[in-house]
Amino acid sequence: MDLKMQHIHIPQWMIQGVTGNFVFFVFLSIFFVIFTSSFCIGNYDISITQVVKIFAAKIFPIQQDWPNSMETVIFKVRMPRILGASLVGSALAMAGTAYQAMFKNPLVSPDILGASSGAGTGAALAIFLSFGIVGIQVMSFTLGLAAVMLAYGISIKIPKDRALALVLTGIIVGTLFSSGTSLLKYLSDPYDELPTITFWLMGSLSTTSSHDVFIVLFPILVGTIMLSISRWQINVMSLSEDEAKSLGVETGKLRFVAIVSSTLVTSASVSISGMVGWVGLLIPHLARMLAGPDFPTLLPISALLGASYLVLVDDIARCAASVEIPLGVLTSIIGAPFFLLLLCRQKGG
Amino acid sequence: MILEVKEAQIRYGNTKALHGASLSLGSGEIVCLLGPNGSGKSTLFKSILGLLPLTKGQVLCNGQNISSWPRTKIAQTIGYIPQSHIPTFQFTAISMVVMGRTAHLRRYATPSAKDIYLAEQAMEKLCISHLKDALYQELSGGQRQLILIARSLAQNPKFLIMDEPTNNLDFGNQVLVLQQIKALAEGGLGVIMASHYPDHAFQYATKVILIKKGKIIGSGTPEHTATETVLNNLYDIPIHIATAYIKDSKNAVKVCVPAAKVPLSSYARMQHGVSYVS
Repeated sequence: MDLKMQHIHIPQWMIQGVTGNFVFFVFLSIFFVIFTSSFCIGNYDISITQVVKIFAAKIFPIQQDWPNSMETVIFKVRMPRILGASLVGSALAMAGTAYQAMFKNPLVSPDILGASSGAGTGAALAIFLSFGIVGIQVMSFTLGLAAVMLAYGISIKIPKDRALALVLTGIIVGTLFSSGTSLLKYLSDPYDELPTITFWLMGSLSTTSSHDVFIVLFPILVGTIMLSISRWQINVMSLSEDEAKSLGVETGKLRFVAIVSSTLVTSASVSISGMVGWVGLLIPHLARMLAGPDFPTLLPISALLGASYLVLVDDIARCAASVEIPLGVLTSIIGAPFFLLLLCRQKGG
Repeated sequence: MILEVKEAQIRYGNTKALHGASLSLGSGEIVCLLGPNGSGKSTLFKSILGLLPLTKGQVLCNGQNISSWPRTKIAQTIGYIPQSHIPTFQFTAISMVVMGRTAHLRRYATPSAKDIYLAEQAMEKLCISHLKDALYQELSGGQRQLILIARSLAQNPKFLIMDEPTNNLDFGNQVLVLQQIKALAEGGLGVIMASHYPDHAFQYATKVILIKKGKIIGSGTPEHTATETVLNNLYDIPIHIATAYIKDSKNAVKVCVPAAKVPLSSYARMQHGVSYVS
């Protein structure tokens, strides 16, 4: 028998698979910790053991040794907010990741492409017309999609520097829709609608009910499934258009699917939280730094990171001051300098 | 298998970028496409791949018109290595190569362990396994070109279109890349590549096609087609073709040498500018 040392070869894909899953589970645990501990945060003191106990009591027969009000705070007050923040955070992060891959442009996001502004105008219009949550969603999706399509449609007419052209047309379209929103504010009833629209535009989850969460769950789920099943194709599309086509991707169809699903999740989240900026730009960047640009790995990590981030920021919004700070204001205050830092640290852009 | 282009015509507005170009490419052949800047080489390639719609004419594979084929079927038949460029995102080399498997995946699938294995095999075949985890953006031009060739190997097409595969490569890397292309053709792949060096046609091609202002002005074996007169006309500069005898070898190779002095009239070619940039 050959006495030479057998070289044990572990295929690289196995190691990569393991590290990919490892990173995923690390982020899943981080999210879980943030999610659970967020139930303890607020004016009403609840300890983490009590939170775990109250949750466990839903499944196992545990003797109730806590007041009913505690359960009400957890399930009726904190639960919808925390779920809402998780949904909105992951939705915006996924939409940003998908837009960036699809447009081969790390500078785009739901905010920059005009999707958020469009969805905002749609929602303001729906509030102006006194529509309910479903009406707000339909309107914000319609105008959000219109805004992205318009920005993209104009940008492909500009032959030079596609990446910059898309950013600029997105900003132009966004401004256009913002002025639409301003007009609606001007026209709206100053005692009832105007404060609703204004406060809602700042971005907040303070009024989120479990009913709202339940209603946006469906479009976010649909968008997420559509993005997930086309995740490999979107990955290939983040090369150049001609390359993706020559590798066998029907880029036209795929682009349509990806734009519709990203805009769907964006507008769904805008319809419950208002304008929460920067998440869709910041989180994909951060996720890409940690997990690399491969879209199938990047998408779930981006979603988890987005959810963790927004739950955390919403915790700050709830408790940092005696009055609640609007969530959108906070994400901008945190997001802008952090993004600047990321840009400066990036090697060669 | 045979890939044929028949009377392909492409029009951008009023300018014709391609005037009825016809060519054929068989398995195991290396066709070298020579032509000055802006002569329509890239346009011709993109029209074969269906990336640019033909105004007239057709592209046939074994007699079947491929314009109605789905993208996956075209990708299983024809591979494409575009002119060198750097993607937006920092993919690892192995990620780039695995993307070659896209055409073989089911519609909503991601690459399986088998696809990754095939990608690794492709890299091994080109002796670049050690670059697997390197970032594609940070590799040298020659290494990047080999990675793209490995990606095409993983794609496993019948024909391969290469747009200036030796662009930006130093002399040594040019030779290495061309040798690999030759080895692939010997394995049965039909290759068509654009080049700026007539020497590449003499040394590696089985057939040469000359294209100028969107028209094919000659095609055939390099020895008989790429003659001094024809090349003079193609590039608008005086060119000599010499036969070089290599020491200790029975082989002689043809080499293309520019004339010692180029007449001022040749500079006229600089004045039209490039009429249709690829």
